[in-house]
Amino acid sequence: MQTRKDLYKFSIWSFGVSFETNPNLLCLICLDTQWAFPYISSEIPDSVGNQSVGNRRFVDAIRFFYFNHQKGFHVVLESIRRLGSRIISVFEDIGKTGVFLGSALFWTFVPPLKVGRVIKQISFIGVKSSLIVILTGAFTGMVLTLQTYYGMETFGATALLGPTVALALIRELGPVISALMITGRAGSALAAEIGIMRISEQIDALEVMALNPFRYLIVPNLLAGIISFPLLASIFNAAGILGGYLVAVQLLGVSEGGFFGEMVNYLDMKDIRIGLYKSLSFGLIVAWISCYKGFNTSYGAEGVSKATTEAVVTSSVLILVWDYFLTSVLF
Amino acid sequence: MIEAIDIYKSFNGIDVLRGIEFRVEKGEIMALIGKSGHGKSVLLKHIVGIIKPDRGQILIDGEDIGQSRGSALEGLRRKFGFLFQGGALFDSINVFDNVAFPLREKTRMDRENIRQRVIQELEQVGLPEAGNKYPAELSGGMKKRVALARCLSTDPEIMLFDEPTTGLDPITARSINNLIRETHERLKFTGIIITHDIAQILSVVQKVAVLNEGKIESVVRPEEVRSSDDPFIRQFFEEEG
Repeated sequence: MQTRKDLYKFSIWSFGVSFETNPNLLCLICLDTQWAFPYISSEIPDSVGNQSVGNRRFVDAIRFFYFNHQKGFHVVLESIRRLGSRIISVFEDIGKTGVFLGSALFWTFVPPLKVGRVIKQISFIGVKSSLIVILTGAFTGMVLTLQTYYGMETFGATALLGPTVALALIRELGPVISALMITGRAGSALAAEIGIMRISEQIDALEVMALNPFRYLIVPNLLAGIISFPLLASIFNAAGILGGYLVAVQLLGVSEGGFFGEMVNYLDMKDIRIGLYKSLSFGLIVAWISCYKGFNTSYGAEGVSKATTEAVVTSSVLILVWDYFLTSVLF
Repeated sequence: MIEAIDIYKSFNGIDVLRGIEFRVEKGEIMALIGKSGHGKSVLLKHIVGIIKPDRGQILIDGEDIGQSRGSALEGLRRKFGFLFQGGALFDSINVFDNVAFPLREKTRMDRENIRQRVIQELEQVGLPEAGNKYPAELSGGMKKRVALARCLSTDPEIMLFDEPTTGLDPITARSINNLIRETHERLKFTGIIITHDIAQILSVVQKVAVLNEGKIESVVRPEEVRSSDDPFIRQFFEEEG
């Protein structure tokens, strides 16, 4: 008959947590809940004399229970183990993403800065996104004005149309929608470009040449994101207010002086500053996530497509979540 | 000198390298042969420190590259030239800039000297007219030749070639092998060549190592290869006809 060893080591497979504890207590929990059975890591050959009769009976009962329900236990344990390993990998990924940002920020402040590449990336992320930003900005401003007008007309408050539209754009819609648009255009392209560089060994080639990939690839994109996003958000705001003006003044007959005059009265420098802070942080988020996903692309075309999708989805979700927290802190 | 001591590496629980041991003396070239997917490229990436071993050491002139960090690692890597299997050319810049890239970034050469050097290297690999082309416009063989020009442009002390002639026509393959030999005679670099083209490479290398099942099964001199009793080497030759 098997007996106990001096050390009882039980591992709960599911969450990868290994600990040593009072075996009776642990077994009791498992028997009681029936959701898992502890893995007894050691054969139990000797030192039976050290244990009380009660303890021995308890473990015998557990063993009996285990052997009679072994298959069922394994199925349950396997699914819990998979869930656990998935959770661990999610946390690992979050940790790696943080370390990636830390390294990127570190290399940002270590000279020499690749100014040429920063300018090139500002052109790629910023200049080439300006048309799409102007277009979406104008239509967002137009539809916002239209909707607000219909709402305000009910209360006879159309005089406040200008400031309402401008505040909504500058504080919220400008930074967020422009960031989402640039994520779709430039974030995806960044992830794909860096991902292809990864799978075609171009990043390895940089490393072999004793050149730091962070300095050449990541830092320029990070800086370009931080510089471009606030500028693009400002362009978005201007286009939006102009679109709003066209609809309000030219289409709906709101007075031009009222539209712009009230806007100046109600709009504070703080509002503009908050909008800029937001888009600055969105720039960092999009460049960071897109570069990270591209940099850690797994092999093949499927890996690149997965990295691109993840870059866009994660960046977009983070933009909206971060927007809420930033708004609640800044306001 | 390159020395591998008891290198172990596994990916996702699969053992790829299981106790690799070899030594390439200064100025010597070693051919590394073995079946595809048996870890030859992985081994080469260990030598430049892109992949770290789970166990064991890679000594480059006596320094363990696996343990080196920061400027020490950078210093070791400056000794290397690495020809990747697919060329690994930067596809956002043209051929000229690709070859000029390491010269601009790693040396203090002036613009004119770099231009002359790039032209010279491109001529050596038989592509003097390709400077303005982008990698996407080149064939597989041309990419490999440009990549070779990029490797050789910095006169490295250690050259690692990952299948330099695979996928090339016999004439180009021979010219690449000749180029490697000529460059070796000129620079006396230490090198490792992964290849399947064993018959062609014998005149270039000083020894041939066989990688099988994650281990270096045997190391033989080129003149011993044809008469070798090693079943794997024999099989390799039989397959080649």
